[in-house]
Amino acid sequence: MSEPAAAETPDWRDEIFAALKAAEIRQVGYVPDAGHARLIELCRDDRDIRAVPLTSEEEGVALAAGAWLGGERTALLMQSSGVGNCVNMLSLTKNCRFPLVMLVTMRGEWAEFNPWQVPMGTKTQAALELMEVLVYRVERAEDAAETVAAALDIAYNGDLATAVLLSQRLIGAKRWVK
Amino acid sequence: MISSDRRLDRRAAIRALLEERGDLLLVTGLGSTSWDAASVGDDPHNFYLWGAMGAAAMVGLGLTLAQPDRRVLVVTGDGEMLMGLGALATIGVQRPPNLAIAVFDNGHYGETGMQASHTDSAVELIGIARACGIKETFDISDELGLRDFAGRVKKAATTLFARVAIRTDEPPRILPPRDGVYLKNRFRQAIGLP
Repeated sequence: MSEPAAAETPDWRDEIFAALKAAEIRQVGYVPDAGHARLIELCRDDRDIRAVPLTSEEEGVALAAGAWLGGERTALLMQSSGVGNCVNMLSLTKNCRFPLVMLVTMRGEWAEFNPWQVPMGTKTQAALELMEVLVYRVERAEDAAETVAAALDIAYNGDLATAVLLSQRLIGAKRWVK
Repeated sequence: MISSDRRLDRRAAIRALLEERGDLLLVTGLGSTSWDAASVGDDPHNFYLWGAMGAAAMVGLGLTLAQPDRRVLVVTGDGEMLMGLGALATIGVQRPPNLAIAVFDNGHYGETGMQASHTDSAVELIGIARACGIKETFDISDELGLRDFAGRVKKAATTLFARVAIRTDEPPRILPPRDGVYLKNRFRQAIGLP
């Protein structure tokens, strides 16, 4: 590192991207979210990653299954509201023991402005655990990349479904009024 | 395959599609198209969906992107395709050249008592696929059309979409293996993955 020691810490989103690259992720399905904007941009700009915009999150669960049938690793980016859309599709993951890594930006919790986000946001973790997805939660920027790397490891070493919840406090509450 | 009603026998249709399949990879949807594929003979290059309705086309997309040098055919029913219509929009954006989707359309939910599906009265799947950007579409109701499509699947330069008009009969169920882990592992082994 040629940067001085006092240089600002790297952005946690860039560090998550580095974790995806280190794990040789080749397909990234996503439904856009403001909290994922930087990561989506990095994935779209990477020539070794096929970034696949989805109309609804459950498509990404099926995409991940197909990719693994063909030998490629995936990550699936969504907002917490999208987890509810995935519930039945996770039966595919479970029945076939497909590896799955979902990176979920949380809404409906810390300083949420929009009450319509709250019902799914407060049940996101429970919904995932109901379908036996392993859930890891990130509250601090310095834990983000390490947690994603750990989820990738256990998912692809053990043929398991995992989700990393990136908390709303970490991302920063959405600003509605400028 | 005489079709006075201009619809094909589904078992004859799947045979025509798979007759000279070579190393074609096949994904089938819940549920009758999985039995159709099994009726031709079980094959480790087949991945049958026994659930996750609406998943077939997207499983096909993930597979085609991961295996760009192999041809992938998704065969599913109208009800299964209707549940995952968004997949056509997603596929329309990607349009991998090695993906073909054939929807066996009898306008009914055959597994649940032959209730009418949306395609029976109002919805045209070909129109949806085209509007999603999948421009190479085929509306097939005879054996000649099927054989032409089967040939194109092997050498297409873009994603193909076919609607195959089939009759509403229910031929005897021929069940493929249903253990998901087994189906996954043998499929990966068949294409040389660990």
